[in-house]
This record gives sequence, C-alpha cells and structure tokens, in this order.
Amino acid sequence: MAEDVDALVERLLAGNRRALARILTQIENDAPAGRRALSLLYPRSGRAHTVGLTGSAGSGKSTLVAALARVLRARGKTLCIVAIDPTSPFSQGALLGDRIRMQELTADREVFLRSMATRGNLGGLAPATAGIVTALDAFGKDAVIVETVGAGQDEVEVAAMADTTVVVLTPGSGDDVQAMKAGIMEIADVLVVNKSDLPNADLLARQLRSIVEASRSGRPTPIVRTASALGEGIEALADALEEHRAYIEQPEVRAAHRRAQARHQVLALARQRLIDRVVTMHSGDGRLDDLIAQVAARRLDPHSAADALIRE
Amino acid sequence: MTDQKIRVLIAKPGLDGHDRGAKVVARALRDAGMEVIYTGIRQTPEMIAEAALQEDVDVIGLSILSGAHMELFPRVINALKEREIGPDDVLLFAGGIIPDDDIPRLKQLGFQAVFGPGTSTEDVITFVRDWAGARAIGTA
Repeated sequence: MAEDVDALVERLLAGNRRALARILTQIENDAPAGRRALSLLYPRSGRAHTVGLTGSAGSGKSTLVAALARVLRARGKTLCIVAIDPTSPFSQGALLGDRIRMQELTADREVFLRSMATRGNLGGLAPATAGIVTALDAFGKDAVIVETVGAGQDEVEVAAMADTTVVVLTPGSGDDVQAMKAGIMEIADVLVVNKSDLPNADLLARQLRSIVEASRSGRPTPIVRTASALGEGIEALADALEEHRAYIEQPEVRAAHRRAQARHQVLALARQRLIDRVVTMHSGDGRLDDLIAQVAARRLDPHSAADALIRE
Repeated sequence: MTDQKIRVLIAKPGLDGHDRGAKVVARALRDAGMEVIYTGIRQTPEMIAEAALQEDVDVIGLSILSGAHMELFPRVINALKEREIGPDDVLLFAGGIIPDDDIPRLKQLGFQAVFGPGTSTEDVITFVRDWAGARAIGTA
C-alpha cells in the first residue's frame, strides 16, 4: 500500500491530475494512505497563495469565485479551487453544486476544482480541508482558493488555514454587520461588498469603513465592492489579494503568520486525536454512556464528567 | 478513522435543458447518504470526464432526453479513457429517454444499467449500493 501511495505522490508532483484527485480522496477519508501522502507532500507545500473565501449563504460566493478565477487566469495565474458544501445532518449525504456556476472553468487544464462536503464539521470547513489544501499547494499551482460553507460563525478556521481571508457581505442583510461585531472582522484580510448593484450597498460600505477605522491598528482592511454576476469589481478584488500577499510576504509578517497557522493546525489535530482516543476507549466499556446518563439526570455536572473521562 | 463515502457525478450531456429527472436522482442519492456532484445542463463529454477526474467519483450517472445518447455516450467513454478512467474504475449508469434497442450497445460500452422513465429512485439507490458493497468486498 505504502509503495502505491509513494508512486501516486510522485505522479502528483509530476503534474498528473488523476493522481492528485485520488490522493485528495485518501486525505478526505483520513485513510492511512492519505496520511502517508501528506507526510510526503507537506515539505513540498507552502508556495501557493492560499485564499479562504467566506460569507453567509446566498452572498454569491460561488459566482464570485468563478469570476475571480477568470480574472486570475487572464493574468496568467494557475489555480485550484476547493468548494465546500454542507453534509446533511439527517442522511450524511451531500449535494455538491458549485460546479454549476463554474462550468466554463472545467474546460481549462490550469484550473483544478474539487467539491467537498463538510462531513459533520461545524466550522464552515470540512475536517480534511487543511490536508486537501496542502496537496493542492504541493501540486504547484499559483493559487488555491477555498470557498467555505456560509456558516456565519467560527470561520476563524478559514483564517487559520489561508494566507489571505476574504469575507463576503451583501447589502440589506442586517446580520452582516452583527457578524462583524462578533469577530469575523478580526479574520478578514479583505472585505467584499458583493451584489453592490443593490440598494444600500453604499450604506454597508460606509458601515464597514467605520468599523475598520475604529477597530484595526496597522494595516487597514481594504473594502472592495463587487457585483460578481455582472463581473464588476473583480479586477479590484484580484488587486487586493495581490496586495495582501505582498504584505504577508514580508519576512517578519510571514514568519509570524506561518507559526500561527502551524500552531493552529497541530493543536486542532491533536485535539481531534485525543477526542477520538477517549471516545474509542470508553464507547466499548459503556463508561461514556454511563457518564452521559448521569449528567443528563443532573446527578453529575459536565465538568466532573469530562474530568472522569480523561482521568481513566 | 476512515470515512468512506460513495461519490457520484450526475451529469447531463448534450443540449436538452430538462434536468428534472437528473435532479430527482441527485437528491435521492444524497438522501441515501452519498455525496453527489451535480454539474448542471449542457455538458460536453470533455467537461463530464474532467469533472469525474477532478472529483474522483466512484459512480457516474448520465441523463439524456434529446435522443443523442448513441452519439454522446461513446464520446464520454472515450473522454474518460483519455483520462485513464476505465469501466473498472467507475460505475456507469444512464437514465432518460433511451429506446430498448440501444441498451445492448450501451451495456457493451460499459454502462451497467439504463433507467427509463418511471424508474423508482429506490431502484437506483439499491443498484449503486449493491455495486459499492461488492466493490468493498473485492478490495478488502
């Protein structure tokens, strides 16, 4: 098995797209082959500009990514796109429809598009996204764009993985400015007012500007107005991404950014491994169910139950 | 912990714009716990094969109502072959308006099943699940 994976990794590094696609599946399934592939690919990653794009459902992210991809291609950039859609909590199935809006990109050999389901993860990203991005990065394209589920919260995950985080907002949804206050602001490297042909786009842009000016020290977050369905403002967005990239390429900024990313990834994976271990250990012996029942019956508090679970 | 999922591509080659059947099948397979990639209408054989490659799907379902299946399906198969994807790699099935006379030729091409109008979505789900189950045993 290991030899198969190693050969597949060689083919990926030589530019074979089928090998890349098959490795992505192994990584997504968290299979041993996927972990082996990642261990080989990780040292070869870190060259692509990784861009995370997030925003609420219906904010036009897919259309924006498609329009952005066209502009980047016109500028001679090669790219990979990861489009994430939710897994149904009821059936565990998913309908992944982002290719519909990115149809003409399929004919372009310099664009590789992969759809992913969240598979039960709440943060707007699928659990394997960081690994998927590593493989796409090592594949050698200029940029990797990750379009997340519009979860609205907890998208700190995106920022922890991407070089540049884009938050997409639309006029007329009051939630957006609420979300700003709740912390999305801190993760945005570029703010986009999409559907800026709609009424109240000016108002939203002004509100954002006042928040940016009030809250940020150092580099002010650029605000770009786009109408992705009309193809407007996309050049300006591509410029803003380039500018941010130049900013984080400064040695001291880059070192701090990479360390923060690495720290987040290692801790997130360690957390997951610990949880898996505890759950596996205590599912078999019924201890987990027993503690849960005690907490549900108010005989034990959740903190004590968690302590008991880890101590044993 | 390995989390295997059946990944399915549902695609509509050719120029007919009626994708109700394709969407019904896509939703049914999703509700059966699969990850379904739907590409939309008016796909060229190259676009379908390229989507199958990039998404590394286990199953490809083609839906066609225009009558051009004998023209387009072989081209999809060829486009897949050009990408090193053969009948052993994916499960192929077809749906839509396809005369019985054409079915033997389609089976020869590698289509494991052809579903006509009135097919229950349960039949499609069972068909895909049986194949996935057999494959899992074969590779274990």
